[in-house]
Amino acid sequence: MDTLTYAKSPAVDRPLIKEKYEHFIGGQWVAPASGEYFDNISPIDGKAFSKAARGNKEDIEKALDAAHEAFKTWSKSPAAERSRVLNKIADVIEDNLELLARIETIDNGKALRETRAADLPLCVDHFRYFAGVIRADESTISEHDEHTVSIALHEPLGVVGQIIPWNFPLLMAVWKIAPALAAGCCTVVKPAEQTPTSIMVLMELIADIVPAGVINVVTGFGPEAGKPLATSSRVAKVAFTGETTTGRLIMQYASENLIPVTMELGGKSPNIFMKSVADADDEFFDKAVEGAVMFALNQGEVCTCPSRILVHEDIYDRFMERVIARTKAIKLGHPLAEDTMMGAQASNDQFEKILSYLEIGKQEGAEVLAGGAKASLNSGLENGYYIQPTIFKGNNKMRIFQEEIFGPVTCVTTFKTTEEAIAIANDTMYGLGAGLWSRDAHELYQVPRAIQAGRVWVNCYHAYPAHAPFGGYKKSGFGRENHAMMLNHYRQTKNMLISYSKQKLGFF
Amino acid sequence: MTTPKRILATEAAKETIDTLRTRLGTELMFHQSGGCCDGSSPMCFEKGDFKVGSQDVWLGTVHGCDFFMSADQFEYWKYSELTLDITPGRGSSFSLEIPMGIRFLIRSRLFSMEEYEALPPTQNGEEFLSLP
Repeated sequence: MDTLTYAKSPAVDRPLIKEKYEHFIGGQWVAPASGEYFDNISPIDGKAFSKAARGNKEDIEKALDAAHEAFKTWSKSPAAERSRVLNKIADVIEDNLELLARIETIDNGKALRETRAADLPLCVDHFRYFAGVIRADESTISEHDEHTVSIALHEPLGVVGQIIPWNFPLLMAVWKIAPALAAGCCTVVKPAEQTPTSIMVLMELIADIVPAGVINVVTGFGPEAGKPLATSSRVAKVAFTGETTTGRLIMQYASENLIPVTMELGGKSPNIFMKSVADADDEFFDKAVEGAVMFALNQGEVCTCPSRILVHEDIYDRFMERVIARTKAIKLGHPLAEDTMMGAQASNDQFEKILSYLEIGKQEGAEVLAGGAKASLNSGLENGYYIQPTIFKGNNKMRIFQEEIFGPVTCVTTFKTTEEAIAIANDTMYGLGAGLWSRDAHELYQVPRAIQAGRVWVNCYHAYPAHAPFGGYKKSGFGRENHAMMLNHYRQTKNMLISYSKQKLGFF
Repeated sequence: MTTPKRILATEAAKETIDTLRTRLGTELMFHQSGGCCDGSSPMCFEKGDFKVGSQDVWLGTVHGCDFFMSADQFEYWKYSELTLDITPGRGSSFSLEIPMGIRFLIRSRLFSMEEYEALPPTQNGEEFLSLP
């Protein structure tokens, strides 16, 4: 029986998905060298819905061969041509948005309203942004004296390795692929093993648009396919989104090859609600309440999940009463139903890990204000991975305040002064995201400056537009995705230092 | 009271360690990961594949494998007795059990004050490496 009551809405139809997908290498579908495939389980019902190729070193080498071959021409292609290809990809995604949104929901378990309104439209815009950026991008030149000119020209790094997480399988791939292609690099992409299907459907759709070998996708398990990619002496850079231990490991491998890396490694983001938030019970107050409940977006499986609510003690009761009510109103259900607000966690091991943290929170003496358990849904969803959106009350020294749970779980604590709010906000290993809510013009500038995080949302949360740089401070990594500055993480600088003087130096 | 240990393992976890050891023909190690996607999970590597140093803490051995985590993370974990367990699931990361369709998982219990005070001292990764 359901532990939550909800009016059941019919799920939209599932698109036809192939029984299995091979690797996408050199513009072709290539069977895995091992001959093996693995099941892709949908978090919706815990059932396999497709198979992915089980890649290994041999497949990675094939993909690197194809990428290196393609690099010879792609790296020299005009910016206008690269821009045209990126725009075409965007058009194809836009034309197939509904199809890709449904497949992404089946692959990942997130609600369809999110894949339709966020994941896929952001993919489209991301390609268009980088298509535009490279048309306006210029290198620099400086005249050192009347005879000496220095040209600092951008050149693509080469063939890069990109390791993609499962929380936004398409969008995180696009965040990495678009700037790499724009910069003139070719890529070998290794999707997460939980979500290897949606990107292959995208490859089917764009296979005729992208020159062969510019994008190669090899599916498989981390130790078997990810490691050969990360350790290869034939990649010029590795981009990774994931957790800290694997991040360190990839940096260790990169140090052996002396290549650069970019890392996006998660967080424990504070969402701070200043006293002025409750000055009036108006539209803005309502927006702030929603801002606190954003921890449930994407089932909390976001590196920037606002998993710590810091609220001024004077407004705690008034504010949290609304936040709890709004959280309890979140409608869990079939991810493919159009009115479902929160879907399933992406995999069984994540589901189990989140449940273990619910236990840790209770052991630590945190008070459960909402949720606190799994959500048992029926009607074919009994074996899916559903968790009730949960709010704990406690203090910042607790493990649930310090460790990334990566589920629909937030922890609330109070502060008395602005200084205390900043101190609590910064008392974490991480520095990826943060939120600041206030009606005070001074706080709106000063508090975000004092927070050690790469992205501070001010009177908003969870917006990810291209054109706003995104990346971490502290142990949340480095590199800034989502912005033109990412181009330079895929390029190096060729300096030509030119003398136009006919006079010798006179040294020898 | 017997001396408490910081890291224990369930029978299922021990069996998985044995299976991996036999299959790979090598000793193993663990490093507890921090945040994001597959984070807050123990990662199993071939011994020495992950390089530990002065910013790691050695918690002890579990079924013959050294177990580490980063020092700043340990600040929040030092009061917890950790038990390595196994759950079915398709994890990602480079952890060696992943192709088996299972995932190592940590279960936690807070030490009593008496147990906490009886715990043996930890070493950092650099001290650990310099041991004979």
